[in-house]
Amino acid sequence: MTEWLLSLAIFLPLVGAVFIISIRNDDKAVVANNARLTALWCSLIVLVVVIAIWVIFDSGTSEFQFVERRDWIPAYGIQYYIGVDGISLFLVVLAAVLTPVCILCSWEAIQNRVKEYMIAFLIMEGLMIGVFCALDFVLFYLFFEAMLIPMFLIIGVWGGPRRIYAAFKFFLYTLVGSVLLLVAMLTMFFVAGTTSIPELMQHGFPPDMQRWLWLAMFASFAVKVPMWPFHTWLPDAHVEAPTAGSVILAGVLLKMGGYGFLRFSLPMLPDATVFFTPLIYTLSIVAIIYTSLVALMQEDMKKLIAYSSVAHMGFVTLGIFTLNQQGIEGGIYQMLSHGIVSAALFLCVGVIYDRIHTRLIARYGGLVNRMPLYAFIFMVFMLASVGLPGTSGFVGEFLVFVGVFQDNTWVAFLATTGIILGAAYMLWLYRRVVFGELVHEDLKTILDVNRRELSYFVPLVIIVLVMGIWPDPFLGVMHASVENLVAQVQPAIDMAHAAGN
Amino acid sequence: MHAAIVFLPLVGAIAAGLFGRWLGDKLAPIVTCVLLVASAILSWIVFFDVAIEGHVRTIELMSWIDVGAFEVNWSIMVDQLTAVMLVVVTTVSSVVHVYSIGYMSHDPHRPRFFAYLSLFTFSMLMLVTADNFVQMFFGWEGVGVCSYLLIGFWYKKPSANAAAIKAFVVNRVGDFGFALGIMGVFMVFKAVTFEAVFDATPDVAGQSFSFLGMNLDIMTTLCLLLFVGAMGKSAQMPLHTWLPDAMEGPTPVSALIHAATMVTAGVFMVVRLSPMFEQAPDAMIVVAFVGATTCFFAATVGICQNDIKRVIAYSTCSQLGYMFFACGVGAYPVAIFHLFTHAFFKALLFLGSGQVIHAVDGEQDMRRMGGLWKKLPITYAYMWIGSLALAGIPIFAGYWSKDLIIESAFVSDSPMGGYAFWLGVGAAFLTALYSWRLIIMTFHGRPRMSEHAFGHAHEAPRVMWVPLLVLAAGALLGGLPFLGGIMVYHGGHEFFGHSITILGENVIELAHEATPFWVKALVLVVAASGVAAAYIGYMWKPQIPGLLASNFRPLYKFLLNKWYFDELYDWLFVRPAMRLGHGLWKVGDGAVIDGLGPDGLAAATLNIARRARAMQSGYLYHYAFAMLIGVAVIVSWFLFRAWG
Repeated sequence: MTEWLLSLAIFLPLVGAVFIISIRNDDKAVVANNARLTALWCSLIVLVVVIAIWVIFDSGTSEFQFVERRDWIPAYGIQYYIGVDGISLFLVVLAAVLTPVCILCSWEAIQNRVKEYMIAFLIMEGLMIGVFCALDFVLFYLFFEAMLIPMFLIIGVWGGPRRIYAAFKFFLYTLVGSVLLLVAMLTMFFVAGTTSIPELMQHGFPPDMQRWLWLAMFASFAVKVPMWPFHTWLPDAHVEAPTAGSVILAGVLLKMGGYGFLRFSLPMLPDATVFFTPLIYTLSIVAIIYTSLVALMQEDMKKLIAYSSVAHMGFVTLGIFTLNQQGIEGGIYQMLSHGIVSAALFLCVGVIYDRIHTRLIARYGGLVNRMPLYAFIFMVFMLASVGLPGTSGFVGEFLVFVGVFQDNTWVAFLATTGIILGAAYMLWLYRRVVFGELVHEDLKTILDVNRRELSYFVPLVIIVLVMGIWPDPFLGVMHASVENLVAQVQPAIDMAHAAGN
Repeated sequence: MHAAIVFLPLVGAIAAGLFGRWLGDKLAPIVTCVLLVASAILSWIVFFDVAIEGHVRTIELMSWIDVGAFEVNWSIMVDQLTAVMLVVVTTVSSVVHVYSIGYMSHDPHRPRFFAYLSLFTFSMLMLVTADNFVQMFFGWEGVGVCSYLLIGFWYKKPSANAAAIKAFVVNRVGDFGFALGIMGVFMVFKAVTFEAVFDATPDVAGQSFSFLGMNLDIMTTLCLLLFVGAMGKSAQMPLHTWLPDAMEGPTPVSALIHAATMVTAGVFMVVRLSPMFEQAPDAMIVVAFVGATTCFFAATVGICQNDIKRVIAYSTCSQLGYMFFACGVGAYPVAIFHLFTHAFFKALLFLGSGQVIHAVDGEQDMRRMGGLWKKLPITYAYMWIGSLALAGIPIFAGYWSKDLIIESAFVSDSPMGGYAFWLGVGAAFLTALYSWRLIIMTFHGRPRMSEHAFGHAHEAPRVMWVPLLVLAAGALLGGLPFLGGIMVYHGGHEFFGHSITILGENVIELAHEATPFWVKALVLVVAASGVAAAYIGYMWKPQIPGLLASNFRPLYKFLLNKWYFDELYDWLFVRPAMRLGHGLWKVGDGAVIDGLGPDGLAAATLNIARRARAMQSGYLYHYAFAMLIGVAVIVSWFLFRAWG
């Protein structure tokens, strides 16, 4: 009865985009304003739909829910096949929460080509939701690739001075990965004769083949996460992207890598997953320590937060590959938390960037004197990023640590150093921007956050605190699906142990 | 009622923090004060309920994190140990709140200050009422953040900001150990509640597991990891460097957080985990060693400092060392007893010095004080009471607790017993010395400040000195049997019930019975001679300290510069981390990854294209795309070969 809800969430933004195309008026301001309003309302309705899905969702089963399945290209058995489980549900929610935020934060910052900008974001939202719902490999790949286009445009058209370099770097990296993913996909199709993801999970590929398939997928997902050493596109993309672009990039796009590992690598290629776990551990640890140290030395706020993202996503990959309940749920929770917190941190940068038009840390200082409310909001997200208990950042990070420790104490030990380095670079950033005397002339008239900005900051602050104090509504929904996932990988772990002994 | 004790301060924090603008500068402090005093009164009721009636209880509030076996609840557990902590925290916090109305009366950000203070109190209460490791960690980090916010309260001062960050980051180093300890506990016990872990501890004792590739004793490893957390929070060597710098914060903060409550959390943790530490004798030796060493080290530094607050800060560090070596020799009840008395007299000393600083317009250097006793008679009396208690002069609170710690170390059969005993005695001498040095430099001699400043010096307003009566009473009477004494009577066992586990011989009972007379006498003699030395050196023959300093210049420099810990860490960690970060950024990311990756790829493609001249569309992505197809073909070939 409710199977159309997911399709509604995917296609409603596209319908909204069509509406915006049809807005015509001689007055540019009217067009811009209508475009903004249409986009906002459309994304809010999608949010309501997605929350309804969350409410109706039955957390007692690991089966896919809200499944819709229609023939699409029958000659190859390719279907329009969508559905969500406890793993993908929250990524859909995340996309639906962040899109209205993006539209609100671009309200005044974007003044040229507003219509096209809003269309890009709505298309993006539909594609993001689609990616996390797709249960057919071809459909998934379509969404996965199509999403690059609006993102590429957002950076390339509305970005900063080096936007072309950044957009191409972003495009090149992701494309290399995608092509390899395509190869893996075709191979799996020829071997298993199906593109249905749930069926591929049951197929059981031969172990030596799994390794090649795994590597091909890894190339794609590792770029998305991004894992060290495939991360250098991220700081450039963030720095050049407009605020809302950074929000979507950090909030949702990076999660596709983690999601890919969870949806494809782990259940479909369990033997290869176990085999390559040391590789992931190594890269994650390097990411955590290396990028934290690099973040310490950044002079550009967005670059600093971008590097901290790489470190935080290191915890995600670490958690996923512990292959136990705590680690995987911690990894997913960390993805959600990072989606909200890093997005909010980019919004915080956006607030002062809109006013002063620079991201250089040295150009700020003493903001608390003029912007107490801003200082408070920034503080909450800064502490959440540091992983303070009581904020969303702690729950995910700590579950990951607990999961990793059970598997490998060295890895846990090295990863935990991240909490020291993380505190150092975030507190130092905050101090240089917010505390101290107001020295720079142009800051002496800076205004505190306005109502429009509060309208998205307040919900985000509340989400961060609720996720930190009462994670049950989130974790409770994941349990069944993650248990199922762990059970799928368990035989491979046991076999590896047996072989090891 | 138990929930009210914990949550009233939170209500106050939210009221003052979020609605401070509506409440105004006058009302916001009053609201938080009223709520805290209410919380303190309830705490005393609960204290007697638990201490006399033995009504130990755990209230589960709600589920927090529940993933597989990892189940954590928000809960309030009140047993005898918690009850003691409750009264200490809420009483000192109430006094500090009321005192701050006067002390902060000229500050434009009063609501924010009171919000932080109340939030701190809430976090501290969550810490002491936790029934599991993770909630304890919540409180642990929560007090850390509040400490960070309050040290940096005067955000315009660069030194305050630096000190705040230092405090947080050094504490994080400790938390790193604490967090690893919790992970280890979960791995071994598959549970993180105290009850479940303590029940299973005896079965695990003596077993070993693999940690960092080494085969180690489980209990020793876990206890040491957790103890690293305690060292950070309680400023024990070598993680003590943040505490003296933390004095950048307003003085009431130093009294509440950096003397009476937060820094004692480490001691509380070790005592709370006594069932685990008792099964890990090697860890106990480390605890005793670290405690005794810090106790002596901090006292040596204390005698050379000139900042009035820094002297007291080092003294705090040193007294915490006493508490730790008491734990290390198995005298947990005495450690808590000393924590209890110390909270009163040390808060009194801090707030008293706050009155001095308040009177002389923010001056903290004792070399620019002197002769103030006539101007500040009440403060002078407070400082005497506090110092008498600190130095362990009979009938004052500190005498009962510190004396017993030293005696326990003496009678203990711990390998560190002798070491702790002698360093403890040495530190007792130094404690008396720096305490009276402080009193003499501040209150006696001729005034070493400007006429004008001296003329303006005035006694603090009533709202400041009246609440201190509570602390003075604690410093005077806190050690007497009807108050603090019940904790250590009968070896402390009856009072603390099941909240403390002691497996070996009960050193306190032994200390009561078997301490030779010369030990008791020695403790008194060193304290008295410390006082005497201060009088000789700073009143009768003021040239002596200068002579000593110039004759033993390297030693004096060494002490004045706090054993060069800051310089060492700067050289060892801070600078290399910065250099490494810069290098990884420019060389790692810039030259190597980008150079070989996208930029290099683009350059190479352009280069080849320029030579080939065959395909010259000139667009970068055409070449890139060509390369991609190439890569795809290669990988496909491998894939199909592997499969076929």
